[in-house]
Amino acid sequence: METMFDLSTLAVNDDGYLLNADDWSPEVAHAIAAEHGIALTDPHFAVLQYLRDRVAEGTPLTIRRIGKSGLVSIKEFYGLFPGGPLKVSSRIAGIPKPASCV
Amino acid sequence: MEAVALPRPAPAAAEKHPVKKVLVIVSKGTLEDVYAGLIMANGALMEGLEARMFFTFFGLEAIRKDRQDHLHTATVGNPAFMQKLPTMVAGLPGFEALASTMMRKEMDKLDIPPVSEFLEMIVAGGGEIYGCKLAVDMFKIEDSEFIDDLAGVITVGEMYALAEGEGTQIIFI
Repeated sequence: METMFDLSTLAVNDDGYLLNADDWSPEVAHAIAAEHGIALTDPHFAVLQYLRDRVAEGTPLTIRRIGKSGLVSIKEFYGLFPGGPLKVSSRIAGIPKPASCV
Repeated sequence: MEAVALPRPAPAAAEKHPVKKVLVIVSKGTLEDVYAGLIMANGALMEGLEARMFFTFFGLEAIRKDRQDHLHTATVGNPAFMQKLPTMVAGLPGFEALASTMMRKEMDKLDIPPVSEFLEMIVAGGGEIYGCKLAVDMFKIEDSEFIDDLAGVITVGEMYALAEGEGTQIIFI
């Protein structure tokens, strides 16, 4: 099995979110996901790409919007990223922690 | 008499006791009170906590299919609402409906869903929704009037059982 990307080489904030979005790569995503006990699959990456695209265009992220994205239902989203889906998925996607209450 | 210094307890180590579960009790049926409960329960799920909701008295309006998306906010007897507005004007027919509609529109802009959809989101996130048996009996509400996602109509004792476990907080609205 190939070794995981060494996350200690990347700049992160106190909550462990990447400071530079350009540092992100699928390998980095796999390594962060492993810290959350998540093995990434294609549906995970589809959501991660969606999140990165929304952030790039400046759209605030909410769980409701992800449920309406057509990619996953809200229930599936909770299933893919257990333990606080928006928080966890954003960290894996290499984007800032969402400041959303809904 | 000589003052005696009482022994002080040693300062406790800064041990954190994070919230693990919330039980949100909603007893009011106004737009803002119901939304406060929904936002806190949903917010808990978003943080990876467990959330359960117990609706009682006028809070039951929020889980009645034909009423939940038509909740109103009080324009009279609400000093924080448009402070310069004379109470008599706020009491004119239709004024409250107008204010409530405007409030719902503003919330929609912030991606805050209607009550029915909000409850669906909470259930999708693993939350559970309960009704209060006593209030249901008092208002004589039929099971068929409630949302399909209702986990049950339960007693106060059963409600407290929902809050079992370390790190649970009960929030009453």
